[in-house]
Amino acid sequence: MKTGIILMIAYVLLAPFIGGFLEGLDRKISARMQRRVGPPVLQPFYDVKKLLNKQTISVMTAQTFLLITYMVLMVLTGAMFFYGTDILMCFFVMSTAATFLYFASVVTSSPYSSIGAQRELIQMMAYEPAVLLTCVGFYLAAGTFNVSEIASHDMSYILQLPGFFIAFVFILTIKMRKSPFDVSTSHHAHQELIKGITTEMGSKNLAIFQITEWYENVFVMGVVGLFFINSSITSIIGAIAAILVVYFLEVLIDNSSARVKWADMLKISWIVTLFSAGVNLIILMIIR
Amino acid sequence: MANIKKSPWVLHYDGSSCNGCDIEVLACLTPVYDAERLGIINTGDPMQADIFLITGGINSQNEETVRQLYEQMPRPKVVVAVGVCACTGGVFKDCYNIKGGVDTVIPVDVYVPGCAARPQAIIDGLAQGIEIFQERLDEHRAKKKNEKSAKGVSA
Ligand code: SF4
Repeated sequence: MKTGIILMIAYVLLAPFIGGFLEGLDRKISARMQRRVGPPVLQPFYDVKKLLNKQTISVMTAQTFLLITYMVLMVLTGAMFFYGTDILMCFFVMSTAATFLYFASVVTSSPYSSIGAQRELIQMMAYEPAVLLTCVGFYLAAGTFNVSEIASHDMSYILQLPGFFIAFVFILTIKMRKSPFDVSTSHHAHQELIKGITTEMGSKNLAIFQITEWYENVFVMGVVGLFFINSSITSIIGAIAAILVVYFLEVLIDNSSARVKWADMLKISWIVTLFSAGVNLIILMIIR
Repeated sequence: MANIKKSPWVLHYDGSSCNGCDIEVLACLTPVYDAERLGIINTGDPMQADIFLITGGINSQNEETVRQLYEQMPRPKVVVAVGVCACTGGVFKDCYNIKGGVDTVIPVDVYVPGCAARPQAIIDGLAQGIEIFQERLDEHRAKKKNEKSAKGVSA
């Protein structure tokens, strides 16, 4: 209980810094993969600082409110997760947060951000099955949805849930807006939808969006860690190593693939989910 | 005061250029020149841009577009005209549809000469633009502060 509270406070306070730092590393590594020097590692923080100092122009005043709700719900998701409550509940709150992002984008009625928002919904359709199956997998293996009980098991669940892990890492590419699945908005310049879902977000609103992304990334990386963590202290090192490897893998995929069409994204992600998580699910049910 | 020099995002607009300058602008982003090391991102969105980089002159069709893009950018903002076409109208100056350089519609802060402007010159122009970008913010801040203190005195 006590560690739960400490972890929760640590998440709320430190997640933006960890998330921003990870993004900085991401941009540096991407640059090196393209044989460029790349921006400094602290670049994401410089960007947010500048955005906060610019004049606020918003097409709809409601947008700021919706974005703040998006951020609050996302912080709540992570806080609940690190506190150690129900993992299913965490993902439900995360989906609610994503819906607010959708609304923040469509209220502007700009065609680019509206199409981006619609694609965001399609992305949700693509990753939700894998996310829900991950919860089911944890339940079948641990007999509980409770994060703190899952984390204090004496064996890492990756051994029982490798298929679920593959499915989850696969949909992380969608969740983290990495190529080939960055259909709703892209970190890279010039996509066909200008900036997709963030087209009408400038200055402070974009900063809020950016910080929320960092919270979100730290949360999903926490879920990756949950596959590896167990009751022994040393497993924390293993979990962190796994998180870094997964993050590097995402950067590598991002830099080595081109964007696919949304229909392909839906097909591929569902097929991967069905095969890896589905097969794992059947095996798990037979063993039990 | 806040240092915003490290994150200038560029909006690149192609006026009536011959595309020579545009290719050089894109060359700035390639591994050889790598403008991203200065934090420069080539964004397509005026709402998120800080530096408005224009190549090519102004004609009667793109005049309105340029003005609109400029107005959609949040303050502080800087305009950089790249290539002689954007500076004065260049070789197209005497064409019936050309109005002249970019400064015929919006205020230009940095003129980068050359036909086509070299990547080194473009990056230098951007670097000068970044200085102006910071100055604008500082000026705005100082003005606001003065207004506030003036109000405090009268109240
Ligand atoms: S300055 Fe020269 S290269 Fe550049 S757009 Fe004009 S004609 Fe083309």
